[in-house]
Amino acid sequence: METIAEITHLKKYFGSSQTLKDISFKVMKGENLVVFGRSGSGKSVLIKCLVGLIEPDGGEVILLGKSVENLSDGELNDLRKKVGFLFQSAALYDSMTVRENLEFPLRGSGSTPKEIENLVAEALENVGLSDAIDKLPSELSGGMRKRVGLARALILKPEIILYDEPTTGLDPITSKEISRLILEIQRKYGTAAIIITHDVECARITANRMIIIRDGTCFASGTFKELAVSADEWVRSFFQ
Amino acid sequence: MLIAFFEELGLATSFMLRFFKQALRPPFEFNELARQAYLTGYKSLPLVAVTGFIMGLVLTIQSRPTLAAFGAESWLPAMVAVSIVREIGPVITALIFAGKVGSGIGAELASMRVTEQIDAMEVSGINPFKYIIVTRVVSATVMLPVLVIFSDAISLYGAYIGVNLKGDVSFQLFFLQVFEKLKFIDIYPAFIKTIFFGFAIGLISCYKGLHAARGTEGVGQAANAAVVTASLAVFILDMIAVQMTSFFM
Repeated sequence: METIAEITHLKKYFGSSQTLKDISFKVMKGENLVVFGRSGSGKSVLIKCLVGLIEPDGGEVILLGKSVENLSDGELNDLRKKVGFLFQSAALYDSMTVRENLEFPLRGSGSTPKEIENLVAEALENVGLSDAIDKLPSELSGGMRKRVGLARALILKPEIILYDEPTTGLDPITSKEISRLILEIQRKYGTAAIIITHDVECARITANRMIIIRDGTCFASGTFKELAVSADEWVRSFFQ
Repeated sequence: MLIAFFEELGLATSFMLRFFKQALRPPFEFNELARQAYLTGYKSLPLVAVTGFIMGLVLTIQSRPTLAAFGAESWLPAMVAVSIVREIGPVITALIFAGKVGSGIGAELASMRVTEQIDAMEVSGINPFKYIIVTRVVSATVMLPVLVIFSDAISLYGAYIGVNLKGDVSFQLFFLQVFEKLKFIDIYPAFIKTIFFGFAIGLISCYKGLHAARGTEGVGQAANAAVVTASLAVFILDMIAVQMTSFFM
């Protein structure tokens, strides 16, 4: 099976505090990997290192067969076009409508206006928000913003999608809808995903495999079912 | 404190060099540049017009008694015109521009940083520096000189009204006296320095916004720092420009 992303002995310091001490894992094609851990354990830092938004202090990140730290700005931008990223706050551009938010990553892609229109329509249909196309982000609810963020992450048909706390700040019903949407996207497009979360229900629905981060290291790994009945009390405590 | 100052200076210099590198390299973001020019230029017109008019009017009213004491009241249009075109128009308009546009850019960019919109652009493979920074700095650099010309014209009209509050000078005579005394050396350096004012305001505001601390407090601080630092830069640049103009005159 093809490896989409590989992190080896990743380290990251913020001042004198070491957030990530030694993280290593692989994500395979079409796999949903859930990264679980307490708040402040460095989960978001981890995926930001993966796309070069944060520079690691040690270790290696290989994404789609390329070592991220050795890429030029242009090469990194090209690589990023093959990666979708759903931010915790959805990070929609305030001054643009939903349509413009979705069209934005397609700039310079060489697509014709008709193709762009079709891609935007398809992405919005995937997340069930075709009616919101001309709305501004300020007119959308938290759940809708997440869906639009997801549509934007999907629009370039990425090979891997990185979800940063996709259900944070949402009510349980909307959280479940977003989790099911993540699963649907995986099944429909066969994309790999790294899902950063501390929502057990989201992990249960989406995970093919999980890792749990503790003290800057991969403390445990396995399927949801394996970890839920782990011999370690601390790991089990997440699932109770 | 001194080390922090030089660190900041180094970062700002590298930011400026990065601006030139990105600004000269295609692709160029013409649509966003036009949008920014509309926001920074056209949207500032009412404020610049009102302040320009008041500036001309007040300067005329304040100057009249002094000139009258020396029996030089007839010099009022020329004196006010030279003051406005050479110094007061460019500096006051630049300060207003720093307050309105500079704070807006600082707060907007800081807010985009806090809400991860800039990160979102980066992960979409779009160069945020080119799209956000270059367009804002170029539009500030181009639009401020235009606003200053507009403000100068409105100020002179304000001065004409001021002259006629206690006198009777025709529109034609007023502007004849104005343009008789205004020389090329009054207009050209003043215009050139506004280009530098606009560049400094745009660059400083973008720098402060992009390097804002995380959180809502950081947004306020960035807006404040953008206005204060840009205003200070306007005075420093004006001082340099005056010295250089005096040297050539």
